[in-house]
Amino acid sequence: MEGVIALYIVMLAAFAGYEVIARVPVILHTPLMSGSNFVHGIVLVGAMVALGRADTLLEQIIGFVGVMLGAGNAVGGYVVTERMLEMFRSSGQKNKPKESA
Amino acid sequence: MQGLLPDNVATLLIDASYLLVAFLFIMGLKAMSSPVTARRGIVVAGVGMLIGTVMSFLYPGMGNFPLMLAAIAIGGGLAWWSGRIVAMTDMPQMIALYNGMGGGAAAAIAAVELLRMAAAQPESVAAHGPVVTALAAAGAFIGAVSFSGSLIAFGKLQGLIKRSFRFKGQQVVNLLIVAATLAIGASLVVAGHPTMQTVVLFFALALLLGITMTLPIGGADMPVVISLYNAFTGLAVAFEGFVLENAAMIIAGIVVGSAGTLLTQLMAKAMNRSLGNVLFSGFGEGPVVAAEGVTGALKPIEASDAGVMMAFAQKVLVIPGYGMAVAQAQHKVWELCQLLIDRGVMVRFAIHPVAGRMPGHMNVLLAEAGVPYDLIADLDEINAEFDTADVALVIGANDVVNPVARTDKSSPIYGMPILNADKAKNVLVIKRGQGAGFSGIENHLFFLDNTRMVYGDAQKVAAELIHAIKAVG
Repeated sequence: MEGVIALYIVMLAAFAGYEVIARVPVILHTPLMSGSNFVHGIVLVGAMVALGRADTLLEQIIGFVGVMLGAGNAVGGYVVTERMLEMFRSSGQKNKPKESA
Repeated sequence: MQGLLPDNVATLLIDASYLLVAFLFIMGLKAMSSPVTARRGIVVAGVGMLIGTVMSFLYPGMGNFPLMLAAIAIGGGLAWWSGRIVAMTDMPQMIALYNGMGGGAAAAIAAVELLRMAAAQPESVAAHGPVVTALAAAGAFIGAVSFSGSLIAFGKLQGLIKRSFRFKGQQVVNLLIVAATLAIGASLVVAGHPTMQTVVLFFALALLLGITMTLPIGGADMPVVISLYNAFTGLAVAFEGFVLENAAMIIAGIVVGSAGTLLTQLMAKAMNRSLGNVLFSGFGEGPVVAAEGVTGALKPIEASDAGVMMAFAQKVLVIPGYGMAVAQAQHKVWELCQLLIDRGVMVRFAIHPVAGRMPGHMNVLLAEAGVPYDLIADLDEINAEFDTADVALVIGANDVVNPVARTDKSSPIYGMPILNADKAKNVLVIKRGQGAGFSGIENHLFFLDNTRMVYGDAQKVAAELIHAIKAVG
């Protein structure tokens, strides 16, 4: 990738991230942090490439750990974010409280 | 090694899919900015992740597929299982854990790339210039710090690490580690041909830094730190994206890096702490100035009387704190509020930005109990309404309603925005005992003439209040 093009991407992505978050109400901060945590789980595909190209045993071990961690980031981030967000309901929707512990 | 498709076709498909991935991620995050569409947002982003992952199997020249599938199954399976069973109160540390995994994955990518350079594969020498080496090293550094730091944050919030390790000159030691790590990183770049030993040393130091940086930080400041590491991981992912020429990683990483930085600042501001303050000094480390004398006495009230008071109120504002969540009282409290609403009382929940363990955490806990989000108001929305409230019901909250923050310049919480519970006609405080708050500061609200204390476990008291209101009929 051309270096300058990459810088353009960085600049635009930085603005996108800033703008997307700037309007988030406080009530969603925790799910949003979790959601952005999920988004960087895309590191999984990089780890897959690293493992896919690994030749030596050491590279394979590190790559294996990397893919494992990346998959953990992506899957875990998704599951907890989804669990939190599915609970948000307005009083219009009929809310079914979970088992009252 | 031959890929599944001709190389040029595979590359085209992957590039196209990554464009879609970036689009879906940004759309998903945007949808998450409103409670109405938030659920759809995470699903959209999830679809993006799935597409990106599946298409990445097509990369030309890849092998080790059985290993890859096994690693995905193990890592994904464990994360899925742990994410399903974790209690909502423990959410902050789980986010820290998953975030640390991402940082570790980024560091692992960098490790493989740096090792390949060390092994001097002909094609990697040709492909890598000093800029790429520098980016790989920077991503390795940030990712490793985020990895070990997040694990410590997890350990602390989970209660596995109970002490805050502080010693004189800690900052100096941290600075030395930073300097040494940067020096080694620079030597990797300059040498152009890193040796195995320097790579190992580099990672060891970066991991150590994450540990020594995080250990002294107190539990109350941890959300800010987790948010910061979240931004770190994003940056590390973006840097490794450059190394691998992977546009999806660059865009997602930078978006998270910038969003995470903003979120970190918002959190620090809500807690009346600067980021530097969080990272470089423990809370309340300075000499504790004796609070100005409290006048008045704590006036207890029976739950039955408190219940009657609320039953005949027109407007009740509930201020939940982490104490309520610890007592698992949110379901009972919502039951109580529903009773009041049925009687025609106007009820709203007033949420301080740092209620719970991180901004927004209390909203998640209330949502879990079934409280609709339109009954939940944040500090800016609700503070003017305390003047007209008949009852402010404080449940397990303390520092966030302490009027000292407005008046006493010597107080450590001076300047922190607080909920104006003291402006309500009556204040009811449900509290386990007579002790001071998390910060150890005496709460002047509790001594006001119009404040009554209801002592006891929040869940039990809420049940007694329900009983009292039902008795009113």
